Amino acid sequence: MTKKITVALAGNPNVGKTSVFNAITGSRQHVGNWPGVTVERKMGKRTYKNIEMEIVDLPGTYSLTTYSLDEIIARDFLIEEKPDIVVQVIDATNLERNLYLSTQLMELGVKLVIALNMKDLALAKGNRIDEEKIQEFLDVPVIPTIASKGTGIESLLDAIIEEASKARTNDDPLSYDESTEGRVHELEMILKSDQYFAHYPSRWFSIKLLEGDENIIKKAQESEKYTPIREILRKTDADNFETKIADQRYSTIQAMLRQVCDINTCHLSGSDMVDRVVTNKLLGIPIFLALMWAAFELTFTFATPFMNMIDIFFGWLAGATAEVISTEWLASLVGDGIIAGIGSVLIFLPNILLLFFMLSLMEDSGYMARAAFIMDRVMGRIGLHGKSFIPLIMGFGCNVPAIMATRTIEDPRDRLITILVAPFISCGARLPVYVLLAGAFFGRDAGIVIFGLYALGILVAVLSAKLMRTTVLRGEDAPFIMELPDYRLPTLKGSFIHMWERAKIYLKKAGGIILIGVVGVWLLASIPAPGSGGIFGSEEIYGSTDSLVGALGHLIEPLVAPLGFDWRIAVALVFGIVAKEIVVGSMGVLYGAGEDEQNLSNILAAGAMTPLTGLGLMVFTLLYVPCFACIGVIKRETGSWKWTLFQLVYGTGLAWGFAFTLYQVGSRTGFLT
Amino acid sequence: MPEKTLDLIEPETSVKILKLTGQRSLRKRILDMGLTPGTKVEVMRRAPLGDPVEFKIKGYNLSLRKKEAQTVLVETVE
Ligand SMILES: Nc1nc2c(ncn2[C@@H]2O[C@H](COP(=O)(O)OP(=O)(O)OP(=O)(O)O)[C@@H](O)[C@H]2O)c(=O)[nH]1
Ligand SMILES: [Mg+2]
Repeated sequence: MTKKITVALAGNPNVGKTSVFNAITGSRQHVGNWPGVTVERKMGKRTYKNIEMEIVDLPGTYSLTTYSLDEIIARDFLIEEKPDIVVQVIDATNLERNLYLSTQLMELGVKLVIALNMKDLALAKGNRIDEEKIQEFLDVPVIPTIASKGTGIESLLDAIIEEASKARTNDDPLSYDESTEGRVHELEMILKSDQYFAHYPSRWFSIKLLEGDENIIKKAQESEKYTPIREILRKTDADNFETKIADQRYSTIQAMLRQVCDINTCHLSGSDMVDRVVTNKLLGIPIFLALMWAAFELTFTFATPFMNMIDIFFGWLAGATAEVISTEWLASLVGDGIIAGIGSVLIFLPNILLLFFMLSLMEDSGYMARAAFIMDRVMGRIGLHGKSFIPLIMGFGCNVPAIMATRTIEDPRDRLITILVAPFISCGARLPVYVLLAGAFFGRDAGIVIFGLYALGILVAVLSAKLMRTTVLRGEDAPFIMELPDYRLPTLKGSFIHMWERAKIYLKKAGGIILIGVVGVWLLASIPAPGSGGIFGSEEIYGSTDSLVGALGHLIEPLVAPLGFDWRIAVALVFGIVAKEIVVGSMGVLYGAGEDEQNLSNILAAGAMTPLTGLGLMVFTLLYVPCFACIGVIKRETGSWKWTLFQLVYGTGLAWGFAFTLYQVGSRTGFLT
Repeated sequence: MPEKTLDLIEPETSVKILKLTGQRSLRKRILDMGLTPGTKVEVMRRAPLGDPVEFKIKGYNLSLRKKEAQTVLVETVE
């Protein structure tokens, strides 16, 4: 018979928990070299030696006192759900601070197994660690691992199973000074006398009470025994107490480390040389801007040949199918609808891949945290936090994970603002619209125009944040306390895995929601409007004002007419709410461009739109309602329809205002017409 | 030996922590990151725009804004 156990992976941020998780379960969750990659708990399964393990990957935390949402998720899981085994993943290059959490986990009375990870990096630094000594000291199994290579995972699993079969040993190796122990003992007696506290380990709960942990005190206040508890707490000076506790924990660790490894060699870092240049007073900002620009340039120049190839392929495919299918409407559905629609999205795959490749280089090298460090001052000026900068950069890939990444931001108001402005960061899905329109109207200057749109997105995000900070969401600046991880050479394999994972999502989207979207547009474009007397699927009706989509378009056209947009654009924008990529696909259908991307561009350039309206459309696409997925995640992360609606109305209002001004001023002055 | 707050220390200087004077939650957080009294801190560099500041402590790199560093009382060591 198989046994079932739950195994939680806990530890400081950026120590390799997700890498261990991936190595155990064979899944491919996102890893990256900055603190705060994982922000929600992830489950996975592994059956090993007839034991079914449910593995839970948790967000990183420095201690069991919690500050931000991701840390709360981790702590609550450990305390409330009581996993059978807790594996603490430890960064072997940073033992002292990592072991601080171990002392707290042991206080919590969990069954602990330590995975001493990054063994390779520790060795490379000449840092020799005696695992057996640590094991002896702490009385928990310590298994060396190199999670990114999968080394040591079997031994880790063996240790987990052995630990799980043992009876619980509740020995806390750490004892404090006498007066502290006395208070702890007094409190424990009270806690043990009340069933209400049975759920919590009494020693841990007592220490937290003495430390003045707000969550814990709140829990205690709900019990009948609060009065005697309060008496004891009143006798204690919590301010000094927490310093004393932290101090004693660290002293114990230091005493142990002196025997486990040579303290001096424990403290070496190769990153300082790189940082001397990268965060240099004079060079720091130019390097940052140059890197951004290079990432942007490469995304476009490298992609062009591949885009041409995809374009040719779909052109050929559409031609070939048109010859095979003789029924007019069916040929139109397959050729104009499906192949053209999918083609118009897939053509941007090279752009998307490169964009994500660049992002993953930033993430894996450790530069991401530096970017937050460099930009914190700028972010501070607009009332945000350096940590808000990482989600915003992620947003260039996709706004959905960007909004998730805000969970590491401690202050709820900061977090809310970051969520609300994140959609203004131009994501990969909006890129196709720019590439098409800028290519059609601005020829050789297309690159500059697109760069300008990205810049506009950032500017709008920044100014909106400032605006919200000074009006609806006023508040104190939250502290900025961030670890800067060591630089690491990103592996090609790692970056390709990242890229491939993102590509899969994009492909799935192309095959799913986008396909449905474009077929929907095709259908509406093929069905004659009531009273027009046309025939379904005929060439005269298709995409014309006599089709259903034409009727719909004319209905909403007045809304966007002041922006210089016609009914076709109105329809494309409505469908773009499903997914931004559909804007291009449906324009292809509505302008009767067929399967060839270049063709649509030519039609537009030949006078279907002016450069001015092209620019207006790009700006509108940048700012208006984000896609369904994004709306969903805003709702989930803010937990409020009110704020979600606020974002939608605010963004669309801005989009309308910008496009209106652009068109009205432009057409009067003859700019770009 | 002169007492100073951590934000006033020039880069490439080492200091020892004496006391944390910040508000409770800030102080707890700083303690959790390992800045206990007696710990040696090396001031590495300031960000290009002057704030935040990067420190090395217990073998890892940490950045704090000057505002937070101001709540850390230190004394200089040789
Ligand atoms: N050299 C080396 N790198 C590793 C090892 N384990 C993980 N890494 C790398 O360390 C970085 C952090 O790994 P993650 O698995 O994302 O760490 P995490 O603990 O899940 O981080 P958060 O989710 O941010 O708390 C990644 O760049 C990994 O590729 C290891 O044993 N050796
Ligand atoms: Mg993780």
